[in-house]
Amino acid sequence: MRSKFTVSILASTLLLAVYDAFLHAEEWTDDQIRELSSMSLGELELPPDPTNKMSGDSAAAAFGQQLFFDERLSSNGRVSCASCHDPAQGFQDGQPLGTGVGQTARRTMPIAGAAYSPFLFWDGRKDSLWSQALGPLESPVEHGGTRAQYAQVVAQHYEAEYEQIFGALPDLTGVPRVAGPVDDPVARQAWNQLTENQRDSVTGVFVNIGKAIAAYERQILPGRSRFDDFVDTLVATGRAPIGVLSSDEIAGLKLFTGKANCTQCHNGPLFTNNDFHNTGVPPRLASSPDSGRLIGASDVLHDEFNCRSRWSDASPEQCVELEYLVADSPTLQGAFKVPSLRDVATRAPYMHAGQLATLPDVLVHYNQAPPAVIGNSELVPLGLTDTELRQVVAFLASLTDSSRHADATRPGRQAF
Amino acid sequence: MKTSALNGNVRHRHRFLATMLGSIIVLIATVGYTASSHNISRPASKEFGQGPRVSLGRNYMATLEAAQPLRLRKMQTVRVRIEDVAGHPVDGAGITIDGGMPQHGHGLPTRPRVTRNLGGGIYEIEGVRFNMGGWWQFKLAISGPAGDDSVTFNLDL
Repeated sequence: MRSKFTVSILASTLLLAVYDAFLHAEEWTDDQIRELSSMSLGELELPPDPTNKMSGDSAAAAFGQQLFFDERLSSNGRVSCASCHDPAQGFQDGQPLGTGVGQTARRTMPIAGAAYSPFLFWDGRKDSLWSQALGPLESPVEHGGTRAQYAQVVAQHYEAEYEQIFGALPDLTGVPRVAGPVDDPVARQAWNQLTENQRDSVTGVFVNIGKAIAAYERQILPGRSRFDDFVDTLVATGRAPIGVLSSDEIAGLKLFTGKANCTQCHNGPLFTNNDFHNTGVPPRLASSPDSGRLIGASDVLHDEFNCRSRWSDASPEQCVELEYLVADSPTLQGAFKVPSLRDVATRAPYMHAGQLATLPDVLVHYNQAPPAVIGNSELVPLGLTDTELRQVVAFLASLTDSSRHADATRPGRQAF
Repeated sequence: MKTSALNGNVRHRHRFLATMLGSIIVLIATVGYTASSHNISRPASKEFGQGPRVSLGRNYMATLEAAQPLRLRKMQTVRVRIEDVAGHPVDGAGITIDGGMPQHGHGLPTRPRVTRNLGGGIYEIEGVRFNMGGWWQFKLAISGPAGDDSVTFNLDL
């Protein structure tokens, strides 16, 4: 009799324990909640840009927006910033390699949140939004034109807008349409024949084109996602909301911050540490692997338009990123910028030259951690099961701006 | 019959020894190969923190005094207090900074420097940034009256 009673008590206790475990299956510890709260979009703080006095100026941003879409800022009159940074596609082009007047060697980067990054481009060869914007304008395969041409486009079509923001346009009399310190020998020769004053006048207008575009780009920010809704409720109440993320997405989130090691680099509200790492992604052309940050770090130190340059509005002591830059470490070899993962599911193909077609392909790469062709990969094999890989991919789709079309959130073909 | 059984035993033993030897060689090679940066294990938790920590040659004591808790991604300034073994502040020391993530095989993402000696054995280090969560080493090479020495802080970001 007594033993029957004991058995039934034990059974009830066991049942209660199982029920309790079920009820609290999605309990989050304080440490986990703290980590997740650091990834909420609400945590973003826009850093000041001392290199650009006009970075917060609304008239400059409006002018910059016009310039961003203006195809006259190219050698063939058919390429604008928006040609590759298409607003309808999250300010990128969905192609493995960017194509302007020719083809580039790398994937077009999205713009949302770029203002938070101390270094721009996959190799970080620029240290401000405005100096970044000037790079493609003079690239022979992107806009393909020259700074003299661009200064004249502004003088001809935007005199009022320009002068309202930056003051009187300089006298460009005698400046030919094609002239600039670019690869093209004709343009270069024409540039060298200008007086120093003429060159400074042209460069001054060119720099202000960059600063206006930067003011516009600074306003382009990632949108709130289901992940943010989930985290904000979790932080406010200590309980995960029901029905915001699926069970697979929640499992993927736990893997993302745990076993899969993603947050080691993809941390903070933009899911990037804004730094450079070698992850052993195979180069597009094995015969000519890309050195990435090793070259980019040296380039930014010597860049004509860097924070310390005379074209920057910053005082030298404000250029802390350059001051403490690591430019000569062998670990920079084959290292590339850690991209933001916001909207990542809408942004195939992946990696710095679009080498991996889908998110499942990316997850397989991280899971296998192959050795690098150039430099040393920092990855270690993760040992994730197919189910776990699928869950991480599911979670990544929860980072898509909720205002974007639902079709855009499909993570691509299923590989596992 | 007996001989052949004996021979068989010897053969068996040789094969066994060869297999063992082979396994040991493979094991050593594997350990050698995997003893790369990825497999360095974390020190015990008591080895972590901002100090005070005694230098390797026991000449100095160093304590990190961050103005705010160390954070990911932010460029920050950290103060370090250097004392001699008797607890007296050490001023005028030369200090250089190194470090990194031993398990990732990379150094610090920036090149921090002592920018000011504030007196009282306190030095200001600018340009400190940590870009990943996990175990970091923050190493100071100290050159002072008691000689050259070094101290390593293990930090968990």
